[in-house]
Amino acid sequence: MLSSILNIIYLIASVTFIIGLKMLSRPESARKGNLIAAGGMGLAIIGTIFLYETSDGTHLGNLPWMFGALIIGGVLGAVSSRKVKMTQMPEMVSLFNGMGGACAMLISLIEFNHIKGQEIELGHYIAIVLGLVIGSISFAGSIIAYLKLSGKQKDISFKGQHIFNLILFLIIIIGAVITYMAEPQNAPTYFYATFALALLYGIFFVLPIGGADMPVVISLLNSLTGVAAACGGFLYNNKAMLTGGILVGAAGTLLTVLMCKAMNRSLLNVIIGNWGGSAAASSTSEQGGHAKEVSLSDAAMLMSYAKKVVIVPGYGLAVAQAQHTCHELEKILTDKGVEVSYAIHPVAGRMPGHMNVLLAEADVAYEKLEEMEDANTNFKNTDVVLILGANDVVNPAAKNDPASPIYGMPILEVELAKTVIVNKRSMKPGYAGIENALFFQPKTSMLFGDAKKVLQDLCAEVKAT
Amino acid sequence: MEQVFSFFNDNQQIIYMVILMIFLGIEVIGRVPSVLHTPLMSGANAIHGVVIIGALIVMGEAAPDNYVAIILGFFAVVLGTLNVVGGFVVTDRMLEMFKKKKP
Repeated sequence: MLSSILNIIYLIASVTFIIGLKMLSRPESARKGNLIAAGGMGLAIIGTIFLYETSDGTHLGNLPWMFGALIIGGVLGAVSSRKVKMTQMPEMVSLFNGMGGACAMLISLIEFNHIKGQEIELGHYIAIVLGLVIGSISFAGSIIAYLKLSGKQKDISFKGQHIFNLILFLIIIIGAVITYMAEPQNAPTYFYATFALALLYGIFFVLPIGGADMPVVISLLNSLTGVAAACGGFLYNNKAMLTGGILVGAAGTLLTVLMCKAMNRSLLNVIIGNWGGSAAASSTSEQGGHAKEVSLSDAAMLMSYAKKVVIVPGYGLAVAQAQHTCHELEKILTDKGVEVSYAIHPVAGRMPGHMNVLLAEADVAYEKLEEMEDANTNFKNTDVVLILGANDVVNPAAKNDPASPIYGMPILEVELAKTVIVNKRSMKPGYAGIENALFFQPKTSMLFGDAKKVLQDLCAEVKAT
Repeated sequence: MEQVFSFFNDNQQIIYMVILMIFLGIEVIGRVPSVLHTPLMSGANAIHGVVIIGALIVMGEAAPDNYVAIILGFFAVVLGTLNVVGGFVVTDRMLEMFKKKKP
């Protein structure tokens, strides 16, 4: 009876995890989703403590110690996560992820102690050893990631590190196999050796990865911990652990790939690719580098949740005859409570005042148009700058590069804003035929396509958010 | 080979569940905007804290004189709780910032 209730509780918990994760991927429902998953988790924990029945029908013992541990962990977790600054969030997530990995690792250690010296059933053994290896890698890796993000540990890479890591990984697999094959009295030695090597692998896996790529690595370790938790679910035939763990493992892996895409990198490139000094040197010496693209829905999201958006129109807008659509977007954003204005460069377009005329034609209110000087003082309070087919008028080379043909031209200093979204038809240089370093800045992202088409899609996306 | 087959037969239900969950996990977060990447990662991080259930079971099943298991289990429960509580609270704090301001 009691254990059937517990099974229902586990089912509810699994469903809350799925719903929670689903809601977490939309801004308006994210917070609620997080609370729903937390509620399911609380239910599962309380249910396990009071309703779980062991194979011989008794309830869980050692309750005083258990509550002690829950209180210590709960207070530490609540206090440290309340106190941490917003900028330190990634390292905090990494630390908590490491705790989960360590938890899975300890479970495997204890379970191995139980079966030590006996014949081991294969499925049971695989769950134990997989939980141990993945948990240990995730634990050690997350701690290193935490130390690196908080500036206590520098990147360390040495020659042949990939080979070293690969060999280490192979030895871990061999160790796991030998433990299973070995005589029961020898098995613990191999098992603990595998454990130590897995910890070592976690350290060497994360050590060389550059600081900017850390969020990707944390996301990867996060999905690993999910798999480790699922191993525990297999071990105890516990469906909540199994579903929760696999769900995070799969979603986390996809999220890792998405994060790489947002940075215009591949996962392989992050893990073994170029990092540190060589990457930094090449991106500055070579004029191109990477311009990253932003998806329509991301751009729409950015703008809908901004306080102040400034639109910088250029010749591209005029060519596409997109002024009406542009006004449309402005109205939608204003309805959402976003402050929208236009920054007009005197030489934007092909004639002075080209943009003013164009926008006036579309009934854009005159007060919305800012002259260059005013715009430049306001950019630092701007969340998103949307550049529509303008190029040279926002090229920082005019300010920084004496060799540039447009050096000395006053420009709209859009790089003062928090984010810059550039809509262009292609990466081709603008009217003056020169490269624009703005496009390769980290805060800039590109939205390729015809201005009218892109604006129409943006309108639809912003409406939908 | 026989072992593999019997493993599959014994655990069919679980294997099905794992495969379906993998697809569900990918489907569920398919179109997440990049502004939500970090909170979503953090939320998923809290969810895998479900590993604490294993820690509770292993600690509760330990015989009262099995000090190694109790001590290790104690740490496992502390760490698991940290993961769960810290994970959910951090996520909530991040998402607080996404609240839409009223015009």
